[in-house]
Amino acid sequence: MRVGATIEIAAPPEAVWDFVSDPSRALHYMAGITRWEVVSDERRGLGARYRTLLRVGAAEVGGLVEVVEYSEPRDMAWTSVTGIDQRGRWRLRERPDGRTRVEFRLSYGVAGAGIFGAIAERVAAPIVRGHLERTVRQLKRQVEHEQQRQRAAERRRARVA
Amino acid sequence: MSQSGIAEQAAHNGHATDAESPRGLAARLVAGMREQVQLRIPRADLDERDPDYIRESLPRLWLLASLWFRGEVRGLGHIPEEGPVLLVGNHSGGNLTPDTTVFTLAFCAYFGVERAFYQLAHNLVLSMPGLGFLRKYGTVAASPENADTALASGAALLVYPGGDYEVHRPSWERHKVDFNRRKGFIRLALEQNVPIVPVVSIGGQETALFLTRGGSLARALGLDRAFRLKVLPISLALPWGLNVGDMLGHVPLPAKIVVEALPPVHLRDEFGPDPDVDEIYDHLIRVMQETLDALAAERRLPVIG
Repeated sequence: MRVGATIEIAAPPEAVWDFVSDPSRALHYMAGITRWEVVSDERRGLGARYRTLLRVGAAEVGGLVEVVEYSEPRDMAWTSVTGIDQRGRWRLRERPDGRTRVEFRLSYGVAGAGIFGAIAERVAAPIVRGHLERTVRQLKRQVEHEQQRQRAAERRRARVA
Repeated sequence: MSQSGIAEQAAHNGHATDAESPRGLAARLVAGMREQVQLRIPRADLDERDPDYIRESLPRLWLLASLWFRGEVRGLGHIPEEGPVLLVGNHSGGNLTPDTTVFTLAFCAYFGVERAFYQLAHNLVLSMPGLGFLRKYGTVAASPENADTALASGAALLVYPGGDYEVHRPSWERHKVDFNRRKGFIRLALEQNVPIVPVVSIGGQETALFLTRGGSLARALGLDRAFRLKVLPISLALPWGLNVGDMLGHVPLPAKIVVEALPPVHLRDEFGPDPDVDEIYDHLIRVMQETLDALAAERRLPVIG
């Protein structure tokens, strides 16, 4: 099952990338996530590994994931090592007006789970989609708020100078 | 022990003498059933746990736990990330025990199926036809030897000290933790030097209307001697109506199940190098009852939650 959420953020891709590539910020904007813990030596980049958990229904599901694509500031994709089969992706694309189109994708399932696996995937889809949609909205608020704070700080510095 | 060995032990324990004595048809029937149960009790083999099977069945469990029981599990972060740990739960819901289903799903999803996790179950459960799949989940017959083996292997072990006594308590005692003063689990934790994590659940006793344990009836029929069965419960349950024994299970009402894992209790750190078992027991019952009271206070209506 593949679900996704898209949003436009009034900030350049680099500003959004600072958020999505930083594991210490994940719990602040990712809805439903109860764990995003670094378990590799490198905190970010290709090969970085995180232990993730997402609350879906009666369980917190997830597992160990590894970053398999890291193209700054455009694409970051990860795939599962243990736990449910999953593949996630942040896809950032710059718009002509300096804004960024942000897409958050997640494919998930359990190979070999048969008909109940297929039903569970579909039943879980609205819950997971809801998490993804809230995530991109929270990401937009936080990135745009951070942009406002930076601009305000620049104005203060200009006044002092 | 081989199956023939079990049969020999059953005979040595007096079964053969009982069967040959003129105690009538009923006595021979009970004795015959006992032998069948003894023969069917699987040898505890930790290797029977099958992580791939568990992983592939988790979606099924998730559907049941999420849609039917609207399960909610809290405090899994209290369970130590690794190493042996004794999870001690209060038990509810008759022979179907929905709290075990909800907790097993949550534990396996949270820690991954790779973490060894075993559950102790009554002999009758494991010898019941059609329930062989439980061994793949890591369910082993409740005995001190099996518990020792599981913890010594570094696994997490889930036990329900109240067992059949607690699981069939009347529905009006649903918000009561009742281990019937069984303290073997504390000696087990002390011997293996493992922390205890209390696991408190609510809602299971609302999946049917449990009327009585039927303890006197079980004693009168000799079930306690024959099958280690202290109860012969009577309940009103679907689809049977009046349900005596609950041996065939029942269709549980979709009661909301909430489970909460509490902070670990490191027995020698908290109770000294030579702890008193009664003191630990009273402490654990107190903290579990307090948690159950709090969960009960959150609940507005039976079944609905």
